[in-house]
Amino acid sequence: MKFDTPATTNPIDRLAVVGKPTPRIDGPLKTTGTAPYAYERQDAVPDAAYGYVVGSSIAKGRIAAMDLADARAAPGVLAIVTAGNAGKLGKGEKNTATLLGGPEIEHYHQAIALVVAESFEQARAAATLVRVTYDRAGGAFDLARAKDGATKPEDGASDSEVGDFAGAFAAAPVTLDETYTTPDQTHAMMEPHATIAAWDGDRLTVWLSNQMIAWTTGDLARTLNMPKEKVRLISPFVGGGFGGKLFLRADTLLAALGARAAGRPVKVALQRPLMTNNTTHRPATIQRIRIGAERDGAITAIAHESWSGNLPGGDPETAVDQTKLLYAGANRLTALRLARLDLPEGNAMRAPGEAPGMMALEIAMDEMAEKLGLDPVEFRVRNDTQVDPGKPDRPFSRRQLVECLRQGADRFGWARRNPRPGESRDGRWLTGLGVAAAFRNNLLTRSAARVRLDGRGVVTVETDMTDIGTGSYTIIAQTAAEMMGVGLDRVTVRLGDSSFPASAGSGGQWGANNSTAGVYAACVKLREAVAGKLGFNSADAVFADGQVRAGNRGVPLAEAAGEDGLAAEDGIEYGDLDKRYQQSTFGAHFVEVGVDAATAEIRVRRMLAVCAAGRILNPLSARSQVIGAMTMGVGAALMEELAVDRRAGFFVNHDLAGYEVPVHADIPHQEVIFLDETDPISSPMKAKGVGELGLCGVGAAIANAVYNATGVRVRDYPVTLDKLLDRMPEVG
Amino acid sequence: MRPFTYERATSPAAAAAAVERNPGARFIAGGTNLLDLMKLEIETPVQLVDVNGLKLDSVEPTPDGGLRIGALVRNTDLAADPRVRRDYGVLSRALLAGASGQLRNKATTAGNLLQRTRCPYFYDTGQPCNKRQPGSGCAAIGGFSRQLAVIGGSDACIATHPSDMAVAMRALDATVETVRPDGAVRTIPVADLHRLPGDTPQIETALEHGELITAVALPKPAGGAQIYRKVRDRASYAFALVSVAAIVQPDGSGRVALGGVAPKPWRVEAAEAEMPRGAKAVAARLLAGAKPTDDNAFKLPLVERTLGAVLAEAKG
Ligand SMILES: Cc1cc2nc3c(=O)[nH]c(=O)nc-3n(C[C@H](O)[C@H](O)[C@H](O)COP(=O)(O)OP(=O)(O)OC[C@H]3O[C@@H](n4cnc5c(N)ncnc54)[C@H](O)[C@@H]3O)c2cc1C
Ligand code: SF4
Repeated sequence: MKFDTPATTNPIDRLAVVGKPTPRIDGPLKTTGTAPYAYERQDAVPDAAYGYVVGSSIAKGRIAAMDLADARAAPGVLAIVTAGNAGKLGKGEKNTATLLGGPEIEHYHQAIALVVAESFEQARAAATLVRVTYDRAGGAFDLARAKDGATKPEDGASDSEVGDFAGAFAAAPVTLDETYTTPDQTHAMMEPHATIAAWDGDRLTVWLSNQMIAWTTGDLARTLNMPKEKVRLISPFVGGGFGGKLFLRADTLLAALGARAAGRPVKVALQRPLMTNNTTHRPATIQRIRIGAERDGAITAIAHESWSGNLPGGDPETAVDQTKLLYAGANRLTALRLARLDLPEGNAMRAPGEAPGMMALEIAMDEMAEKLGLDPVEFRVRNDTQVDPGKPDRPFSRRQLVECLRQGADRFGWARRNPRPGESRDGRWLTGLGVAAAFRNNLLTRSAARVRLDGRGVVTVETDMTDIGTGSYTIIAQTAAEMMGVGLDRVTVRLGDSSFPASAGSGGQWGANNSTAGVYAACVKLREAVAGKLGFNSADAVFADGQVRAGNRGVPLAEAAGEDGLAAEDGIEYGDLDKRYQQSTFGAHFVEVGVDAATAEIRVRRMLAVCAAGRILNPLSARSQVIGAMTMGVGAALMEELAVDRRAGFFVNHDLAGYEVPVHADIPHQEVIFLDETDPISSPMKAKGVGELGLCGVGAAIANAVYNATGVRVRDYPVTLDKLLDRMPEVG
Repeated sequence: MRPFTYERATSPAAAAAAVERNPGARFIAGGTNLLDLMKLEIETPVQLVDVNGLKLDSVEPTPDGGLRIGALVRNTDLAADPRVRRDYGVLSRALLAGASGQLRNKATTAGNLLQRTRCPYFYDTGQPCNKRQPGSGCAAIGGFSRQLAVIGGSDACIATHPSDMAVAMRALDATVETVRPDGAVRTIPVADLHRLPGDTPQIETALEHGELITAVALPKPAGGAQIYRKVRDRASYAFALVSVAAIVQPDGSGRVALGGVAPKPWRVEAAEAEMPRGAKAVAARLLAGAKPTDDNAFKLPLVERTLGAVLAEAKG
């Protein structure tokens, strides 16, 4: 189905199932521990051997020698895979560094061997007997030092300019020119990357934990130099990914190679201490923001430049994109610069680009509001734009930023905020309120599904879409139930299998809208098949209550399907609506913090997010997404930072003891409001994404609240107590 | 993890003797620290002697009005003991500030005292570390050292001792009771249990190989306001950036010990004479000669400010 004109009324608008708060259908499986994750598929693969990954202990250089003799002789060892014995490997399109390193080493903890043994303990013990000597080479590990040598990324399109930024900035009566930094971050999802691989002749099946089945199937085949038709991926449950599982990673490749070498299935889970440096991470940024405004607060000039680093061939962190679109202003400039760093590969983490970009931009807006003597909510409202400021003939499909800010301010009691920082106190706590806008683009990408109606009236949906804890199963079931006029109990959803039609996958908050739109398309086709079989005019046929009706004739779906059932496959494809309209999601974050007057410890007290993101398909799972994102924002604001060892070139705090993410005690009262909205430009579902919107801006709202509480402006994340201490009030 | 043998000890002396016989043997109590280190092959014992069955798990009054805490008393139980809560509040508070409920249910009094550092380089066997591999160098010096020691370290090691409980015990003047392999018992003031690293950071305590801790004795209650304040980036389940254990008497005199700043619970008795003059004076004496890194220099003002808040709280 081609979607190239705005949606009109369609069966989804009935909202009998879609839009209703619906508990996740996979919930009971998860809470009872019966949802089998990749590493636990002993039901499918009872005889898997265990693989343990050896990571490089240098960041850059070469393996001079590798002695496997002791490891080979260790009890239980079946095989050891290294680059030297794995045969010629290709490289995935989405991979920057190779997944099995050697003799060349590209980054710390790059996998250099997989030890396969009868038991996990044997594999682990033998792995420590692999003796490696290295020729260490120097590398670049410090973004601040590499910054001056950074260049325009190769893929072009990294700079944008509208009007005359320099002239307008110079002429502006009120200006801001500040630099902000965000650190490297790791996804830190609960389930590690994990795979079981089994060969059957030249066919390979892998059970894995992955967000993007079609990408990863292709890249696995490419790396193994085999046709992708001979590779099958199965990933029905994913214990968190946050972008860390978008790609083929070492666990999957090494399990496949290990299984080939050992002549039997092999399972591999990346060890937690290896995950940080072995996989991808969100790269650190240095961001310079300049804003010029009239005294009344109208922005006349806005510039955002960002520097990040990556391995050769890697991409920049696109931290400036939102600044092209979020606020009005006739003169604009953005630029991305990329430095070469020999740290592990930088890549997507939840809301890549906007998450760190908004952390900087929304502090800058707070600073600017203060310079102008304006309330930060009012300043943002004053600079709203209903069109793409760079291309004014391109309207936003739907933009309710102002409504989010206003409703949030009301609800949160923003009027009670003391605009003078450092003056509000509650016992030992200095208290403050902060606000930030939320913004994340809505991305459209094709997505297909297969639907089947069987002789019992049960509708089965199959698509390679993944559910990474987000609620995909449920919204897909709701979509199919709505389209076919049946209850949720008559729908079965099967996901995450490369033998199913290719979907949008889970990433970039595009999963919900696109994958349900693909299911919608397939259901439209199935409805036509049902109507056609019954001789109904499909335009007149009404699917409701388990029946299809036309005029005064009604036939139960089960009967219509007959013994053999009916099936249909289709997908959604998009025309140029996203070129004619700018499609984005909007919100506002409000936060109250307390800062201990003596120790400068920062504790969040309450949080509110107001979101305008098209039709909310399932308010329950959407809320879960947003509060989870807000929690991640607390981490980004207050504690998450991969500490770089700039001599040896690696992230030092590479486990969950060293890399702190929020615990329950850090997360207070959270409230989420969804504005009642549909966006017919986006898809037949009239929905957009929310899973990343909820993160964008949270960090800045917290940093702004800390400023309001203490009068100390921290521009380097995370905002930790050591950055406040010397400007806190006297104790006692 | 290397293969190891496992045995259950039948008496404290037998446990001590069993470990003494084998240079590669270790006691295991709750296992919450030792097992993690074994999985990473930071510790590679060839024999484990389980001391959980030794009935060292009660808290008893002592003749001089104090308490004797069995080495195997779990952190949860100790924190909840009504006598501890009433008379040794600083200890109960320190325990509850540590780890998580699940860990405290397993963690024992002796195991907690003897837990090893959380220096991130100690945990990464790809990195040089004098404590893990004597003579290999110290990756933390000149590296990422935000959590590490500002005082008491050496050119060989700047690791901190991570225990909260031990800091309170130091302020309480606790003594450690042990059994040696020959059956002899001795008492060691908790002040002397942990050693500073000097040139031998791998030697962490005054215990001999095979010497078993049987109990920790607390002197009779010290009274006063007993406060434990642990400062950290997140609200729970994190090791201290700095911590302060304080016992403050109504006249302003008292005792102070620090966590998170040194290779052992840090107390300087001479500094306590300054208590009536306030936190600045006390902190200056406590941290005289400190050698912080760029990463952790903030701990010096943080100690002073935290101490200030604690003394203010004690005044009420
Ligand atoms: C995730 C995590 C977070 C933590 N957070 C904190 C925290 O915030 N604050 C804090 O203070 N601690 C914290 N801890 C550490 C925890 O307190 C210790 O792991 C625990 O107290 C160790 O006790 P155990 O009985 O399990 O010791 P074990 O692991 O059994 O033993 C530790 C050591 O003591 C030796 N040993 C044990 N008993 C005896 C004995 N009777 N005589 C002689 N030697 C003995 C063992 O041989 C071993 O070397 C944390 C631990 C973890 C895993
Ligand atoms: S500080 Fe001590 S524990 Fe840490 S790396 Fe140096 S020697 Fe090892």
